[in-house]
Amino acid sequence: MAQDETRPEAARATREEAAERAAIAVRPEFRSGATANFEKTVFEMKGIEVLYSGVSAVKGITMEVGHNEVTALIGPSGCGKSTLLRCLNRMNDLIPTAEVQGELLYHGEDLYGPHVDPVQVRKLIGMVFQKPNPFPKSIYDNVAFGPRILGRKDGLDATVEKALRGAALWDEVKDRLKDNAFGLSGGQQQRLCIARCIAVEPDVILMDEPCSALDPISTGKIEDLMIELKKEFSIVIVTHNMQQAARVSDRTAFLMVELDAEEHNRWGRLVEYDVTEKIFTNPSDKRTEDYVSGKVG
Amino acid sequence: MTAGGTSAPRNRLAVAGARSTTEAMLRAQPRGDVIRNTIFAGLLLLSVAIALAGLLALLIQAFAKGSSALSLDLITNPPSTAFPEKAGYRPAIIGSLELIAGVLLFIVPVGIGAAIYLEEYADGSRWWNRLIEVNIQNLAAVPSIIYGILGLAFIVRGPLNLGFIVAAGSLTLALLVLPMVIIASREALRAVPDSIRQGSLALGATQWQTIRTQVLPASIPGIATGVILAVSRAIGETAPLLLVGATVFVTFDPTPFGTDGYSAMPVQIFNYALRPQEEFQALAAAGIIVMLVVLLAMNSFAIWLRNRYEQRW
Repeated sequence: MAQDETRPEAARATREEAAERAAIAVRPEFRSGATANFEKTVFEMKGIEVLYSGVSAVKGITMEVGHNEVTALIGPSGCGKSTLLRCLNRMNDLIPTAEVQGELLYHGEDLYGPHVDPVQVRKLIGMVFQKPNPFPKSIYDNVAFGPRILGRKDGLDATVEKALRGAALWDEVKDRLKDNAFGLSGGQQQRLCIARCIAVEPDVILMDEPCSALDPISTGKIEDLMIELKKEFSIVIVTHNMQQAARVSDRTAFLMVELDAEEHNRWGRLVEYDVTEKIFTNPSDKRTEDYVSGKVG
Repeated sequence: MTAGGTSAPRNRLAVAGARSTTEAMLRAQPRGDVIRNTIFAGLLLLSVAIALAGLLALLIQAFAKGSSALSLDLITNPPSTAFPEKAGYRPAIIGSLELIAGVLLFIVPVGIGAAIYLEEYADGSRWWNRLIEVNIQNLAAVPSIIYGILGLAFIVRGPLNLGFIVAAGSLTLALLVLPMVIIASREALRAVPDSIRQGSLALGATQWQTIRTQVLPASIPGIATGVILAVSRAIGETAPLLLVGATVFVTFDPTPFGTDGYSAMPVQIFNYALRPQEEFQALAAAGIIVMLVVLLAMNSFAIWLRNRYEQRW
């Protein structure tokens, strides 16, 4: 796609800027550990456990997620990163056998409380998936879908434009808004999915390995976008790309697979959660160090 | 080459040997293999020919016999025993159209509704949902005469007690083709990837909004194809109609709820074909041509629809 050409210098500049900003963000008080010193928390997980048909997928997750931050969940395959992420907007509810235990507070409210409607939860906590999943509709209709179902039909054109600008896609698609979204490149489709998500004006955006199906150039664009988006939204991202976590996130949680004594059952466990820089340069846990240095994984 | 004078001829020898081996490997396969291949391909072609021969024979026979009776009178005139040269299919055609309209009114909402329930709402791990599934597959294989008896017992008489009217015929035919619609609609719904449903739900859409605005629109081509094929089956059905009232020799235009009797295309063809006179035989053949043209057109439209609008994911 001609529109998908990159400006490597610009992308690099933004990323360097981001690294700088991340360095500033690592203030001394943050080094004491990530469970303290949040300016404002979005999620508080207290002993979260997710089970599928009675078998644990992740266990004992206790951590907080900060507002206007990018929080990365990293770890080897099968450690329950995605499962944990899907807890946060109750997407696990769609799997009949899934069950969530423990306490999950969202701005202090119990997300799994008896009067909480999962549909309302997902309006506030949006999600971007691993594989771009645009709807088989026009680019415009893709972005307008969320506002339409929420009954926000006034100023729809402006909402769509704002969302597409927010996802850094406007300039590439403004002349073909009526074209089918399937005609976009993979990277553009993923940014369209991000635009679709922010058109609903959520509070949090969850991203489940959003770049794993994309080429490095598209990945760079989405990473730049995340750094831009965290000014307005809180972002939780699952990634198996450690460099990506290091580049974009403010804090990183490292999960690992744990086996029971008979090595029969396996589940994910939170090993270490801290400011990203500390996780990657000076982790407290030996296992984290082995993982981020590439010794295991 | 360090080995000197002796190595060059030896190398040449080795190259020649390798080449002859390659040539032997590339040479044509044994004669027996060629013959077996040809015979097998011939048998497969024969299978296709037998399948097509039936249709071809029917077409040739129908055209040979019926072309003399093909005229506008065939469509515009009512049947007549006294003047076969002027007799036509008008009441039968109108009856068939009314039957089909009734079938459509019933199968579109009920068939799609059942498919949505089974595909989107039913929990497949429950035994009763699996039982329903298996039974719908079975229903599609039940002989149509059984549906005729069902229609006679429950729709014409019995609980519904509609009498011998077009609407009763419609309901009977609708029940007959409903499993086809449900199965085709379920397949169309299942072809919509889960990522679309999740994408919609993740934006805060309810399950019903997701189905109405994403899943259904994406599966309409497949559903429409299924509905058209079901309707073309219903048009051609004769046996159940014979039981629910369409046996009468009708010379007037039937109404959907009229109790004076009605007819349908296949029934009228059957009626003409039973008569020994040459003129009525020609009329029956001409009726077959009309029906075949209608059915082929409908099936072609269904195929076109599927190829044209099918969503590729």
